[in-house]
Parts: sequence; C-alpha cells; structure tokens
Amino acid sequence: MKILVPVKRVVDRNVKVRVKADGSGIDLANVKMAMNPFCEIAVEAALRLKEAGQASEVVVVSVGNEKSAETLRTGLAMGADRGILIKTDAERIEPLAVAKLIKALIATEAPGLVILGKQAIDDDSNQTGQMLAALLGWPQATFASKIELGTETIEVSREVDGGTETLSLALPAVVTTDLRLNEPRYASLPNIMKAKKKPLDETTPDALGVDIAPRLAVLRTVEPPRRAGGVTVASAAELVARLKETGVL
Amino acid sequence: MSTLLIAEHDGQSLNQATAKALTAARALGAPVDILVAGSGVRTIAEEAARLDSVSRVRLADDPALAHALAEPLAELVLSIAGDYAAIVAPATANGKNLLPRVAALLDVMQVSEVTAVLSPDTFERPIYAGNAIETVQSHDKIRVLTVRTAAFPPTEAGSATAPIETVGAAPTPPRSHFVSEALTTSERPELAGARIVVSGGRALGSAETFEAVIAPLADRLKAAIGASRAAVDAGYAGNDLQVGQTGKVVAPDLYIAVGISGAIQHLAGMKDSKVIVAINKDGEAPIFQIADYGLVEDLFTAVPALVAALDA
Repeated sequence: MKILVPVKRVVDRNVKVRVKADGSGIDLANVKMAMNPFCEIAVEAALRLKEAGQASEVVVVSVGNEKSAETLRTGLAMGADRGILIKTDAERIEPLAVAKLIKALIATEAPGLVILGKQAIDDDSNQTGQMLAALLGWPQATFASKIELGTETIEVSREVDGGTETLSLALPAVVTTDLRLNEPRYASLPNIMKAKKKPLDETTPDALGVDIAPRLAVLRTVEPPRRAGGVTVASAAELVARLKETGVL
Repeated sequence: MSTLLIAEHDGQSLNQATAKALTAARALGAPVDILVAGSGVRTIAEEAARLDSVSRVRLADDPALAHALAEPLAELVLSIAGDYAAIVAPATANGKNLLPRVAALLDVMQVSEVTAVLSPDTFERPIYAGNAIETVQSHDKIRVLTVRTAAFPPTEAGSATAPIETVGAAPTPPRSHFVSEALTTSERPELAGARIVVSGGRALGSAETFEAVIAPLADRLKAAIGASRAAVDAGYAGNDLQVGQTGKVVAPDLYIAVGISGAIQHLAGMKDSKVIVAINKDGEAPIFQIADYGLVEDLFTAVPALVAALDA
C-alpha cells in the first residue's frame, strides 16, 4: 500500500513571530523555517508502517514556492521514497485549496492511506485533513494517538476532550496526527546526502486543474493585546492577600 | 436567513461550550437554530430549547448518530444546510472534527477558532499560537465557523422554551465505526469551563509528586487541574489535561502555573486568563512576563505554603 503524506513549510516552532507594524501580516523575512511539527509526526507514522512491512511506498507532497522543496527533502531524508512539489508563488493558500490539490493528485497516485498533521502551527486552522476526507468521500480519523493498520481497515485511537476513543475505518482513509502518536526521528547526515538523489517531481495547481484563489480576505493582522506588567510577591501569604484584594478568591 | 449552531454534548447532557458558542452565533444578528444530533438525546434537546433567544431546536435522534462520528453527522448537517446563512460549532474536539468536513462538502472555507464577531461576515481569530490576531472577511455563500469558547460568555437560560422539531437522520455511510472509548473520570470541574485552573509543569518531577503537590491546592480552590505539554509528555498527567496550542485553550478567572516555564505553545492556551499567577524558582522564566503575580520560590515549599495560607 502506498501512503501519501502532505507536509507544510512553516516558521520554526521556537521562533517568536513579529507582526508587521502596518498590519499587513507577519514579518517572515529572514525567519527560520522548518517542517510543521505535526507533519513530522505524520511522516514518522508512515515510515514506521513501511518498516513494519505494511506499506510499499511513502510519498511526501507539499504545496508552496520552490523553498517548499527543502521541506520535501527533509521528509526524504527521514526516509520517504519520493516527493511531489505542487509549485505556486501564491502568498496565501487556504486549507480548502490544499485539500483540492491533494485530491487531484490522489486521482493519479491512488494511495491507500493519507496521513496529515492535525494542524499547521502558522494558521492554526485544523481543517485540511477533514476537508480532504470530505472531498474524497473517505472516512476520517483526526487527532490520532495510535494507529493499527489492517488490510481492509485501520484502527485509530483519537484524542478527544474527555480522554481517548477508538474508531475503525474502512480503507482508503484519511488520518491526522496528534502529538502523542510518535517521536519523529532526526535525519542523519548520510540520509540527508542520499535524499538529494531521491526523485522530486513538480507540478502546478494549473496542471492539476485547481483554482487556489483565497475565499477569505485578510483585512488586517495585529498583535494581541499586551498584559499589564505584573508584580513579584515575597511569600505565599502575600500572594493569597493580593488575590483576595482582586476578588478572584 | 438563520444561523445553525451545532450542539456539543456527551450523550447525557448539554456541554456548556454550546451556550458559549450560542453567544457568538447570536452576534451574527440572525435567528439561531440549534441542532442536537445523537442517539437518545431528546432531554438534551429540551435543555438546549431553554437557552435564551433560540428560535428552534432541530433534533436528529438515531443510533447512527451516536459517538459524533464525522461522516454521518456531516451528511445530516449538509441535508439541512440550505436553510442557513451560517453554520457554527464550538471549537471542541468534536466541532473541529466535524465542521471542516461540512465546509468542504459545501465548497466553502471555514473560519477556525473565532474569538470575535465583528459583523456577519467579518471575524477575528488568533494565528501563530496566539501571537497575532487576524481579521478575516468571508465571501462564501455560507459562513462556516468554529468558535473559541473561552472568548465568549455563556448564554443563560431564558424565559421562553423554543419548539423542538425532528429532522430525519441521514443514512450512515458504513465506512467508519466506533470501537471503544477510555474517558478520564474526574470529580473536579471540567478544565475548559473551570473558574480556577491549577496547572503543573515538568518541574513537578513525577506523576506521584504532580498529584501530591497539585491536587491539594486544586481541591482547596475547587479548581480544575491542567498541565504543560512537558508534564504530559513526561507522563505526569493525562493528555486531556494539556493546556496549550495543541491541547485545550482556557480563560479562567484565575490560572496558577506551577513549575511551568511558559513556552510559546503553553501561553497560547492560557494567556487570556483574567489573573495569572506563576510559581517558579527560576525568576527568569518567560511565564513571569505575563503573570500578574509571580512568586519566585521552589514549588515544593511554595505550594504547601500557599495551601496553608489559604486555610489561615
């Protein structure tokens, strides 16, 4: 079975982003970028299934400008077999457009399973996997913390608000990963070198026949309101006294 | 055109997330219908009907709708979507699972985790783990929104009771099945709705010390217990207690962070709390930059002292 893993290039998780003063967006000039952490977990999950002999091929795919090829190379260095870049210079590509692009790709790639991250840490949407499943008419299991792949079905434990629940989905299916699913591996130097020789194909939204024009207009982007400076208290007793003054206790 | 709000419930009672999302749904300015879907959920529909300013409750009661599986629920919502200009759900695990599926089937974009409704088509939402607030305008024919419940007060019960109308459940596509669930049972208030939250971090050292230090303080304050991702990853607390960008987003009256450094991803889940208290022996920890009251002291002495001071 072939597994398709969409991955996204985002601002590195440890970067404290700066909002542009004119309200036009986030300042991404010279900011360190990396693979979205949930996508790393998705790649790792696919690789483990391949190593267990349950998958024949792991294909990573990304939508973005030519720099997204670096993100695909990261996936290849982790162990994926092949990469596909859906190349566009569009500044904003919404989850609905990404879902349509991946769906178009699936028409020819025909994977048995698609694994995505549950959300990207830049737009925090948490939509693409669900939208893809809807467009394909496939079942979905979001926020996966454990997966067991069978031949006809996949059993997925999901993190829900009160604990976990387990679902069984008929294949083909879409799964989105939660943090607890696994600990992604680091790419070793030899594997990074080898990844440079792995196939990386390119296509475009036009070639796939998908309109990626945004549906939402971003009117402005601002910094969240700042909290007023706090005070340091000397003891637990003083803390309790202060909290009683504010009325929260 | 009306607004459809999808009720959040556990099969037994209505979750308060519904009443909070109702406040956001009412801000759209149109009459609000609530959809209660599930198996054996008429009493939940009756509960929803008592909320203020609800024009009607639509009840879909069918065994196929148990466990809030996304596939049959999305089919059901789609079958009645033509009556609505907006479809709203709280941004709970269920809401986040269901609504993007509905949006894609309607060929519209969803606006996730709305924190403010500026007009019927313009919304604010946090991006980059809450480090920026984006104002977006939807030009889609139907607005599909999930609501960050911590940003809205609950709508209380009103004087009138809305009529309950039954809607036929959509046929189940037999492609996903519920197998089992393992829910955490707790006597404490639910994390997402609690007035006071006491959270522990990696500095607690072990699951035993986490419980021994945090539980007495939480019990004394009738607070819910939360945890940082580091504490959850280390196995000190259950996954469902995680507060942060990847866990729950809370905005209680009082948030007490014990042994939590204050990583970006944690702050995203609690920085809208009314009063934040940080207890940490590292005076340089980032958590002190957003705390209203900071106590620089070893938590193993500070927390018992705090419990004693509360009893004094």
